[in-house]
Amino acid sequence: MKSFLEIQFKNQYHSPETPKSDFLIKCSNPSLSPTQDNELNKYVAELKHEKHEVPIIFIGADTSGLASGAGKVKLAIETELQKLNIDAKIVLTGGMGFGAIEPTVDIKLPNQDRIIYCEITYKDVPELLKTTLIDKRIYSKKVFGKYGKTEGSILNIYETPFFKNQKRVVLKNCGIIDPNYIDEYIVSDGFKALDKVLRNMKPLDVVNEIIESGLRGRGGGGFPTGLKWKLANAKISENKYIVCNADEGDPGAFMDRSVLEGDPFNVVEGMIIGGYAIGADFGYIYCRAEYPLAIQKLENAISECKRYGLLGENILDSGFKFDLKIKKGAGAFVCGEETALIASIEGKRGMPKPRPPYPSDSGLFGKPTVINNVETFANISNIINNGSKWFAGIGTEKSKGTKVFALSGKIKNSGLVEVPMGISLRQIVFDIGGGIPDDKKFKAVQIGGPSGGCLPDAVLDTPVDYESLKQVGAMMGSGGFVVMDERTCMVDVAKFFLTFIQNESCGKCVPCREGTKRMLEIIERITKSYSKEESKADVLQRFKGVIHLQRLAEVIKDTSLCGLGQSAPNPVLSGLQYFREEYESHIYDRVCESHVCKELLTYKIETDLCSGCGLCERKCPNEAIVGEKKHPHFIIESKCIKCGMCVDTCRFDAISVN
Amino acid sequence: MVEFSINNINVKAENGMTILDAAKSVGIDIPTLCHMKDLFPTGACRMCVVEVDGMRGLTPSCAFPVAEGMVVQTNSPRVRRARKTIVELLIENHPQDCLICVRNKNCELQDLSEKYAIREHRFAGEKKNHAIDISSPSIERDPAKCILCGRCVRTCNEIQKIGAIDFTNRGFRSNVTTPYNKGLNVSDCILCGQCILACPTAALREKSHSKEVINALTNKDKYCIVQIAPAVRASLGEEYNLPIGTNVTGQIVTGLRRLGFRKVFDTNFAADLTIMEESTELINRITSSGVLPMFTSCCPGWVKFVEQNNPEILNHISTCKSPHEMEGALLKTYYAKKMGLQPENIFVVSIMPCTVKKYESDRPELTEENMPDVDAVLTVRELVRIFNMAGIDFNGLPEDEFDNPLGVSTGAAAIFGTSGGVMEAALRTAYSKLTNQILPTLELNDLRGMSGVKEASIIINGKQINVAVVNGIGNVREIVKDVQEGKSKYHFIEVMACPGGCINGGGQPIHQKPEKIKKRMDVLYNIDTKSSIRMSHENPIVLKIYDEFFGEPNSLEAHRILHTSYIDRKSILRNNA
Amino acid sequence: MPEKIFEHYPKSEKSNLIPILQDVQDKYGYLPERLLLEVADYIDIPLSRVYGVATFYNQFRLNPLGKNVIRVCRGTACHVKNSANILQAIENELKIKAGQTSRDKMFTIETVACIGACSIAPVISINDEYFGRLTVKEIPKIISKYKKEVKYEKNELTVAG
Repeated sequence: MKSFLEIQFKNQYHSPETPKSDFLIKCSNPSLSPTQDNELNKYVAELKHEKHEVPIIFIGADTSGLASGAGKVKLAIETELQKLNIDAKIVLTGGMGFGAIEPTVDIKLPNQDRIIYCEITYKDVPELLKTTLIDKRIYSKKVFGKYGKTEGSILNIYETPFFKNQKRVVLKNCGIIDPNYIDEYIVSDGFKALDKVLRNMKPLDVVNEIIESGLRGRGGGGFPTGLKWKLANAKISENKYIVCNADEGDPGAFMDRSVLEGDPFNVVEGMIIGGYAIGADFGYIYCRAEYPLAIQKLENAISECKRYGLLGENILDSGFKFDLKIKKGAGAFVCGEETALIASIEGKRGMPKPRPPYPSDSGLFGKPTVINNVETFANISNIINNGSKWFAGIGTEKSKGTKVFALSGKIKNSGLVEVPMGISLRQIVFDIGGGIPDDKKFKAVQIGGPSGGCLPDAVLDTPVDYESLKQVGAMMGSGGFVVMDERTCMVDVAKFFLTFIQNESCGKCVPCREGTKRMLEIIERITKSYSKEESKADVLQRFKGVIHLQRLAEVIKDTSLCGLGQSAPNPVLSGLQYFREEYESHIYDRVCESHVCKELLTYKIETDLCSGCGLCERKCPNEAIVGEKKHPHFIIESKCIKCGMCVDTCRFDAISVN
Repeated sequence: MVEFSINNINVKAENGMTILDAAKSVGIDIPTLCHMKDLFPTGACRMCVVEVDGMRGLTPSCAFPVAEGMVVQTNSPRVRRARKTIVELLIENHPQDCLICVRNKNCELQDLSEKYAIREHRFAGEKKNHAIDISSPSIERDPAKCILCGRCVRTCNEIQKIGAIDFTNRGFRSNVTTPYNKGLNVSDCILCGQCILACPTAALREKSHSKEVINALTNKDKYCIVQIAPAVRASLGEEYNLPIGTNVTGQIVTGLRRLGFRKVFDTNFAADLTIMEESTELINRITSSGVLPMFTSCCPGWVKFVEQNNPEILNHISTCKSPHEMEGALLKTYYAKKMGLQPENIFVVSIMPCTVKKYESDRPELTEENMPDVDAVLTVRELVRIFNMAGIDFNGLPEDEFDNPLGVSTGAAAIFGTSGGVMEAALRTAYSKLTNQILPTLELNDLRGMSGVKEASIIINGKQINVAVVNGIGNVREIVKDVQEGKSKYHFIEVMACPGGCINGGGQPIHQKPEKIKKRMDVLYNIDTKSSIRMSHENPIVLKIYDEFFGEPNSLEAHRILHTSYIDRKSILRNNA
Repeated sequence: MPEKIFEHYPKSEKSNLIPILQDVQDKYGYLPERLLLEVADYIDIPLSRVYGVATFYNQFRLNPLGKNVIRVCRGTACHVKNSANILQAIENELKIKAGQTSRDKMFTIETVACIGACSIAPVISINDEYFGRLTVKEIPKIISKYKKEVKYEKNELTVAG
């Protein structure tokens, strides 16, 4: 049996043209098709990796894994297998999320558990394969954990420190299944929810189930998903649309990408169910063009669903028709905003529109539209399968379920984590994240991407839920979670995010277009060089800027047309709230404690450490270093542009910075 | 109806009305910049924000509907601070050139700065830096002064449906310009100037020819003649704060004489002449199976539109020159001869409500032995500036009459300035010519008003003649498509690029009072009703000119002086892209 | 002659503007002016609208790229790990700034908001190859590898000529 399409039902095959409503049930329940019993059993066992004759090698080949070298590893494995003349099946999965230990390679021998190996480079491959496939032993140098019961020192993956405190709902299948293979998805409880919805539930039943689960939009807004669906369901219109926002633009966020690369069928299933619930017959997935692998996986998922009749006319003989199309974003962060996203799909500049009218009234092409984030859709099948009560049992009173975060920055265990709402920030940073590397001290965590705020140690016990985070001046956002240590300058961070926001502002409304530029200029002046020639007018302007910063920030927050502008001042406002001394030392003392704001630093060559090799002199872009060979060199301060190239080049650590 | 409160005043308003409109209805003025009446709000400028109880941020009143029990504050400290900051932010990215700017004292940014008492530069920083586009003879673009309100873009795209300019780039680098920032003269622009009327600052303005005119007036060797268009008399008074809809013909004539023009003639005269030529041309086409439908040609914006987009239907357009060009041509030939003047010493100035006429007067076909029919075109606004510089106290001027002979005109000529006027005038004459009778009612109401496309049918000698009037170039596409496909049911079509006709032309006084179109139209219709002669073919001077000079309409000589030809500009523009 | 690329899009359908522009750029590497005109005609919208959309989105280029495209990630995680210094080092090495192409058309430097490989920050990509956990010291060596490939091709040409 090559695929589930070969099952017969009363001597007839299921196909898109002749849909059989029992098709999915029969796929996962071999006992229901007596004529194909044995063959189906064998196939299902194969799909679940219960019965296989050759070893299976799983490689985590999502974008993050590939960037770490998984492509080279795959080639090396193929070459080595040929050399050893061993037959093995290679399965490319998505990423399980532990970025810090990528690339990962899982090896499953027949009748044995799947063992996870980490930080595999192409150089490790020969020894890895010899040890595992020929010697049939564990490659203990690089073992991380296993699926199945803990054996000795090799922990079950969910008992390892990184995964212990997580609750994997959305990321359930990522890194485990082959994201291209629809049959494998089906035996992993895939499309069970769709089956239940189409055969046993009415659209309003689905809406109510989602309302009761308490699911809130995971894109950052936190608007109750069920309510959004209910509003659209109530509208009477010949056409309605459901749209998946996969434009993940926050720098440092890769949650949606991982879900789309690791478990695309889940997202598609969520959209079909959503379409059914609101009465839409067409859906769009708006995915940013910078995610070619995710787009490829989605295209494959959609075409496979079409092949199986799970998209198209009369799905599973229910009378419901639904189709999906992918629209590639063209590079505009603002298109993550609902009305801008709609404008982009319509072929226009991605500029937001005032609301009302709300998208559920008049959205895409003027029709009722529901837009939800990837992670929101990824929760749907789990809610339908396990029930709204189960979902509502996770998390806090107002924030139900789990949230996926992308941990990055100065943290030991960087990667993707999924935690129940209500867990504290401290637990995420230290228990799951492993704390700060190099024995440095924690300084702040940025939540919510460029629109979020930086939270210091003092509020680290805040639980992760929509309301609590807002109260301390941050926001949940889409899941970006950047950790900073004492080597990060908070003013520089504010400058970085403001620069990003300024570049991405669509330019339509005055407060965002002009206001964020002026805020950025004020911050830039704070980090600019102090030279003895600074005129009184410059000094006055620097102070004036700071005095007016708060006012400007508040007006921008009050009057901007869309969320981008409204949250643009957050990095500055939260910086002023929690790190005021740092701002003041920049403004008044003209000092950057973290040594980041280059123009406020002075570079000096320590004469007793300098060997006179002249390397720095050659590297200096402004010819600011002079000296004779074998004699200590000297930096001309007036020519020094504070780029730091000399520090990076010097092999003797002879250049001091203060 | 919903009941709610604004500034503690109880208000009743229709369901679905915006807070902005509801406030206006009780005498509360909320400032706007990007707002355009009759178009969907974009919510771009944020000037109109108000404080609404229960809403998180401030609410744009132009885009938010009223609701039962809503509590609105339009002048709270939070609102004032927000509006002040928005104006300050606009000012910081704007050249501080007020003293030398053409919109000094008629600029919406100045008004706001004054209203919100802006007294300091809080947010000084980088200013945008764009070059001025002076490529076209009619319109200048100065993007450095643009406040990105979007009104010009919406006018050009949504009302005129031309789309010569649009927003480009993004964020702080946003700029309203042509594709690749090329000159306006090689873009899709038809120079109608509706964008100038929409622009709150001097980012869009007419190209000035005041210097040429003043130089000619000061030059003793030049014999300066001036003519004024029908629509000018209906609007010029607005620049002097006279009520909209005041007929100031007599004062304009006096003013022009005081400037030093030797003769002050009336374009309306040539309008009657145009009707003679055009109605004869139409009748010929109808009776001898010529190319139909025929389009009017007096709107140079419409002509440019066809040359650039649909040159294949150029043969449908009447070959008649536009009235002021006919008058200029007459002046340099017939009149020069009659008065014993050297044509090269005559300097003809047209005062127009229009910007395209400047480009039109530059056309090489509109010359007589290498001398342009019209030497310079001034907009109403330019003339007012010249009056002011010359110390002419307009309101105190006595009235005077046009010079003869080219100052005599009929009521039919006067209504040329309104949409449908040319058609009415033409039908009055065509009907009489063919039936030897007079139309039962001279006012053809089906052709009046602001509808986009107006149609009428009239039976002449048992044959049904179908006519249409296109009001604003944005409404022309369906008709052009039908003509291209040979499916048009019309015989004669009038097209005016500006909505409402010339009285709403790109050269008229700039302000946003909504009653301007109707009131200016009324002036012209009143002139018509009060005229003793109301049909062009009864203009005695016109008849005399045919006797003395042209023989009869469409004669060889008439064709030489009063008719023109057109160019396929589409291939020229495409090949040079 | 209408471009073959357009053929499977229905005429005059405005919502296809962005996908069509993406296809044009995939084929030509950038958006040539004459093609923007063709797109405007095909979809029946003013050229200014096509140009306005093309200049709004980061993805669209109106000028061709160099042979080797260096993309420096300026996402948060990379920034915190000093990607600004990496960018400056590359700019110094090639003597051009981000957004520019070198005179010999061999290199273009672009900055991108986030490549999505935050765990190995700071990251750059050259053509399709990724380089993670970068330090400033490695930059000259990495770039010279691509410069060498250029030289090799030049020799091939002289041999053939």
